[in-house]
Amino acid sequence: MEPAVLTGTHYMTGDEACAEGALAAGCLFFGGYPITPATEVAERMAERLPGVGGVFIQMEDEIAAMASIAGASCAGVKSMTSTSGPGFSLMMENLGLAIVTETPCVVVNVQRAGPSTGLPTQGAQGDMYQARWGSHGHYEIIALAPASAQDIFYQTIRAFNLSEKYRTPVLVMTDEVIGHMSERVVIPRAEEITVFNRPRAKGRKDRFKPFEPGPLGVPPMAIAGEGYNIHVTGLTHDERGYPVMSVDCQREMMARLIGKIQNNLDDIIEVEGYLLDDAEIVLISYGVSARTSRAAADEAREMGCKVGFLRLATVWPFPEKHIRELAQRVKGFITVEINFGQIHREVERAVQGKAPCFLAGHCGGTVISPDAVLDIIRREF
Amino acid sequence: MESAKKGKTQSKQPPRHPLDDWLRTDRMPHIWCPGCGIGTAFSACLSAMAATGLPKENFVMVSGIGCSARGAGYANVDSYHTTHGRAIPFATGLKLANPDLNVVVFSGDGDLFAIGGNHFIHAARRNVDLTVVCVNNYNYGMTGGQVAATTPHLAKTTTTPRGNPENPFNIPLLAFAAGAAYVARWTMLHARDLMDSIEEALKKPGFSFIEVLSPCPINYGRRNKEKALDTLHIYQEQTIIKNGAHPAELEGRQDGKIVLGKFWDVAKPSCNELYEKTCRPDFGKDHAA
Repeated sequence: MEPAVLTGTHYMTGDEACAEGALAAGCLFFGGYPITPATEVAERMAERLPGVGGVFIQMEDEIAAMASIAGASCAGVKSMTSTSGPGFSLMMENLGLAIVTETPCVVVNVQRAGPSTGLPTQGAQGDMYQARWGSHGHYEIIALAPASAQDIFYQTIRAFNLSEKYRTPVLVMTDEVIGHMSERVVIPRAEEITVFNRPRAKGRKDRFKPFEPGPLGVPPMAIAGEGYNIHVTGLTHDERGYPVMSVDCQREMMARLIGKIQNNLDDIIEVEGYLLDDAEIVLISYGVSARTSRAAADEAREMGCKVGFLRLATVWPFPEKHIRELAQRVKGFITVEINFGQIHREVERAVQGKAPCFLAGHCGGTVISPDAVLDIIRREF
Repeated sequence: MESAKKGKTQSKQPPRHPLDDWLRTDRMPHIWCPGCGIGTAFSACLSAMAATGLPKENFVMVSGIGCSARGAGYANVDSYHTTHGRAIPFATGLKLANPDLNVVVFSGDGDLFAIGGNHFIHAARRNVDLTVVCVNNYNYGMTGGQVAATTPHLAKTTTTPRGNPENPFNIPLLAFAAGAAYVARWTMLHARDLMDSIEEALKKPGFSFIEVLSPCPINYGRRNKEKALDTLHIYQEQTIIKNGAHPAELEGRQDGKIVLGKFWDVAKPSCNELYEKTCRPDFGKDHAA
């Protein structure tokens, strides 16, 4: 056996740190498909999983990759896949299956510029709405956005923990720059890492209802082979897991699926504030653009502008409350992201006209320079 | 099923069917139409599972979408009714994560060979230890009878009102060519042979494939002048059992007959076994679970 947790100080890429985070969280199954710039996550898992008792399989496409990790999770094994835009599109179908069947798993999207094949080797943040609404139907999703190689290690562990705790797929929405950049990564000792495992079925097997909610609105999970004879379907189902084609059943199922996320926002949402106490202008950002924003905030302070920065480590569910509170007391917001205003629209929605909102956006292919942010500060404030 | 008469019943228990333990009786009645063959194929599959004598809790049934795929919802084992065409990759994840599971994929021809065709050939190539039972009724029954990848040339469906301009797959040949370890074809009328075949496949390591021809009188038969009984007569009179026949010779009919039988049965290492040998020869027999 090799160690799952590589305790020590490393110099590694974000993609590699992501794989190490997954292993530290207890991931033992990876079903993937090669795609730039996410391939290195799969390569690292292919190398590492056999030694820790896990299984790596390269599936025939991303549809199959997503299906395989849902299957592995139903067999009781923590599972993940990684991809980029085109593969993320193909995963949407079975992402929906994992949501409605409450199957924990982690999907990493190392974003590149789109649409379509786009700029495969160059970063962007254009899939943020796809992360929110890419699969059909109305649902809640958890998406995290790491801002460094160290952070992707941490956020991938958090993704597994949230996924297990709430029995839902969790997305790690990183980008090519974070994925391919080599940085210092400190991996703590295994006992210092908090790992959460899904609530498991207990009690009489003939009376067990696989979708009867437990604490937090999350049903304890029966694993294939335990003898509970559960039925799991993508159809609208009742607490027994049986399909019921009625509005009442749809209403009840949807209320619980949405409620288990919406009622636990404080646990799921993580944000990081920087120079916010006296800030008059707040930059809002996530992923690699958080680094642009931090640099811009520092430079603006040197210019004498009171600029602060809010980093969204959790992007979905959207940290609406935090932004609404800031809107009461600041002069304006600038959202910094490598697209033409996906999270910017969410910020506008949360601010509700209480302060002006601007976008430092970008078409994709490279990072946003702090100057682009400073230009907006000079022009608008 | 006859209900127990009230009054002078000798036992308070309702009559039991030998498969009751394997069936979610609380989900009856099923959705299948009168004259449909899926129920017979499904019953053969459950009987085969029971006949293996293997621990019931280790059986898992996985299906995709369609009439046949609804079978998973009636099997009283851990059962997963997944997305259209994706039963096999889902089942692959289950099996690789826990090799102790005995995973049966029970689904239809549209699900497994049109939308799911790519997954089928790759699971066969990898020799994933699955037993795949494909109920072939020549069309998409659940959506009202559209052309499938198995619909015979010139047959009428709602989307081929002038007759099917395309040719169907020879699916046993596809399974054979892609690397399956076991390939057979029966009709639902050959229920005993079918059950024996599924039992054999369940006990066999590696990728096993069994095609079951089955009538769809409502959606296919109606448009092709074939009543449910006509189809059964075809199964009785226009079939021939040729065990060991080469799958390449199964296209269409041979001397006017549909060829049935066990065509291919070889021993080769399964996907799990190859992974252990190749990726961690020194690891012992531990696995992910």
